[in-house]
Amino acid sequence: MNVLSPDPATRAAVRQGLSVSLATGLYGISFGALSVAAGVGLLPTMALSLLMFSGGSQFALVGVVGAAGGPVAAVATASLLGLRNALYGAVVSPLLNARGWRRLAAAQLTIDESTAVAAAQPDPASSRVGFWVTGVGVYVLWNAFVLLGALAGDALGDPRAWGLDAAAAAAFLALVWPRLAPRRAQVVAALAVVASAALIPVVPAGIPVLAAATVAVLVGQLSPAVAADEETGDTADQKEAAR
Amino acid sequence: MTDAVLWATVLVASLLCFALKLAGHLVPQKWLESERVTRTTSLVTVALLVSLVVVQTVGDGQSLTVDARVPALAVAALALALRAPFVLVVVLAAATAAGLRALGWG
Repeated sequence: MNVLSPDPATRAAVRQGLSVSLATGLYGISFGALSVAAGVGLLPTMALSLLMFSGGSQFALVGVVGAAGGPVAAVATASLLGLRNALYGAVVSPLLNARGWRRLAAAQLTIDESTAVAAAQPDPASSRVGFWVTGVGVYVLWNAFVLLGALAGDALGDPRAWGLDAAAAAAFLALVWPRLAPRRAQVVAALAVVASAALIPVVPAGIPVLAAATVAVLVGQLSPAVAADEETGDTADQKEAAR
Repeated sequence: MTDAVLWATVLVASLLCFALKLAGHLVPQKWLESERVTRTTSLVTVALLVSLVVVQTVGDGQSLTVDARVPALAVAALALALRAPFVLVVVLAAATAAGLRALGWG
């Protein structure tokens, strides 16, 4: 990895990766506290965090357990939410070109944040750096803060009092922001908002996100090819955002 | 849930989640090379992230709710429009939500 290179795009990728890691890692406090409060002990909480390593799926599993749901519902909900990581894997795999154990490591580190940082970079080299810095950074910090949250639990109080739930929403918004320049992306974003908000009250957690993804697949498959200038605008904006 | 069932749930769910991640990485590169597929994966990323924003902002289990997260997200959007760096955006959103809750709202 070329982390120490003076190349500005690579340095931007490292900077973004580290800030995403810190913001996401801190959110681990709330998962640790929530998981222990839901009756999942310290060791299962840490196993979940280290092995599953996918925030949405972890929260979903703990939510089902806390609501006295059965094991099948818990596994199904977590897997359904984890389905998007398969899409992410397909997005980042051509950028990473990893083989052997590196590919296994890359798979485990394929989450919202590492994918978003990798995909937002202007060239393959900085994409790779962005992916690994974010993936490893989030892995280390998330698990450290989950442990802290699980141990401190009540002492830290309600994570919502610290605004950590809003921080997570803002982090996702910041990640998608530079991708919203093309008209087609704006249309998909609007459809995703409507589909998600409409489905949250009527289907189990995890389905709204998948429904939004399905809408995007339909738009992507059915709409005509992108005009050349639109593509250029997209790339220029992503470069701008990578500053 | 007994301890044994809880552990089985944790391990099986973790294994399935890893299998899903790996499956994405093992999709043949040739399938991903057409313009239509790259465009679609890029749009899927947008939809997934936007959906995560919505779920994280107005979702409350299986219901919709408006609380301190909504103004916090508005502050984040304003900061992004003003080209604030990532960390600042996240910190401003957290501070807004925390501040409003400290004042007894949301």
